Amino acid sequence: MEKVYMDNASGTPVHPKVMEAIMPFLKDGFGNPSNLHQFGRISSDAIQAARGQVANLVHAKPNEIIFTSSGTEANNFAIKGILAAHKKKGNHIITSQIEHFSVLNPLKSLEKSGCEVTYLPVDKYGVVNPDDVKKAIKPTTTMVSVMYANGEIGTIEPIKEIGTITGEKGIIFHTDAVAAAGNVPIDVSDVHVDALSMSANQFNGPPGIGALYLREGVRILPFMDGGVQEGGRRAGTENIIGIVGMGKAAELAKLEMPQRLSKVQGLRNQLRDGILKNINHVYVNGHPTNRLPGNLSLCIEYIEGESVLLFLDMQGIAISSGSACTSRSLKASHVIMATGVDAALAQGTVLFSMGINNSDADVEYVLEKLPPIVERLRQMSPLYNQKQMKN
Amino acid sequence: MQYSAKVMDHFANPRNVGDFPDADGVGEVGNPACGDIMKMSIKVKNNVIVDVKFKTFGCGAAIATSSISTEMIKGKTIDEALKLTNKAVAEALDGLPPAKMHCSVLAEEAIEAAIDDYLKKTTGKGLEKKKSHAHDEHHGH
Repeated sequence: MEKVYMDNASGTPVHPKVMEAIMPFLKDGFGNPSNLHQFGRISSDAIQAARGQVANLVHAKPNEIIFTSSGTEANNFAIKGILAAHKKKGNHIITSQIEHFSVLNPLKSLEKSGCEVTYLPVDKYGVVNPDDVKKAIKPTTTMVSVMYANGEIGTIEPIKEIGTITGEKGIIFHTDAVAAAGNVPIDVSDVHVDALSMSANQFNGPPGIGALYLREGVRILPFMDGGVQEGGRRAGTENIIGIVGMGKAAELAKLEMPQRLSKVQGLRNQLRDGILKNINHVYVNGHPTNRLPGNLSLCIEYIEGESVLLFLDMQGIAISSGSACTSRSLKASHVIMATGVDAALAQGTVLFSMGINNSDADVEYVLEKLPPIVERLRQMSPLYNQKQMKN
Repeated sequence: MQYSAKVMDHFANPRNVGDFPDADGVGEVGNPACGDIMKMSIKVKNNVIVDVKFKTFGCGAAIATSSISTEMIKGKTIDEALKLTNKAVAEALDGLPPAKMHCSVLAEEAIEAAIDDYLKKTTGKGLEKKKSHAHDEHHGH
């Protein structure tokens, strides 16, 4: 059976060159980088090189990169650590309704301990209005956390505009760039962000490794207490294999960015146009143009997303769904709902996320398999009125 | 969360999909906000459910529970069909993931609603006492 992986938003395949870079360290990367001997030096040299590669991806300085275990950890670290280090200023945080759970849930836990959080709405494309950020700022506002791009619907947020506002007001700006980093160009020297989260597995690096960019001079409370690794901010012996892999993945992403962007975006548009041409009552989520290259989020009316996912899986095609049934909470995706999509329509949310692993043949295969699946599920659906469809 | 082979079989090859133009009873339950809508149609002769069809908007578990419950009540008397529990439906599918148990409740309710509709049409009086369901506690709203 064909195997088509279009769930890059959940995790990308590891690039062969990243695997190659990791291999020697499975054997020789055991030395503790904190030690001065030759074995320790092999590891510490590798970490320094990787730190430079990751810094280069977002135009940061190497000492501004802190390796973490994941994008989730980077988000938790930034939000909890920065707020704790700036308690004297105030305890008000501004964020958006469409953040990832690794931002929303740390904020919820901070609310329980007395912090105040403003959750900004988004427009129908999922865009945060920078004016709303401005209006929400109070004397006690310590931090703004708005994502760089939304992995579910693909929309890229006005980070530069928000950064200009926070910069003028002297408020710390964190952005969850997990879905964006390595996929679109990011320059922290151009957009005024103080902290930015990344995850290697979103740009063809290995899972289990992430990083937090923290602008030089921004105070943060350590995430882990222990040794002096990562400048004493994130204790624990380093994940050498992961760090080397993330470094190589960052280097490749930077190097190949223009080619990757045009290839992945081209495939995404091809798939989008093909689906819209062949299936009626399908709606594209997110911003029409200002979006992640590989993201195609759709609401397919009259059917439910998980059923589509399961039938596509039987044909070897892997995608994601944003329906209530796919989530454990039995609620449709908070992101889709925040864009104002009707509750029934939201159940038909499916996400095709393309990456450098995909080809024209993949797109053709999906375009062949998807329409009959949709038709079959619609025939089974009590919401689908055939007469209405023929009109 | 993984589905059993039986769930996947009933999802991929659902039994008794559709509806009757001349159904004796029709029941529709659920709501789109929760993700599932189930519609059961029955044909009844001499107090026996001689045929049954379903239409479902929902996930794999919703389709599978609809499908297997049509098999479980076909040929049964009204009283026998009313005794079908969501637990029995789930067991017949070799179990459901905990988050999907509400789908089996929905199947039980859809059958009950179809029978209620049938009784209203034939006797002018619906079911006297509806079974109590653990429906709400499974739902997050």
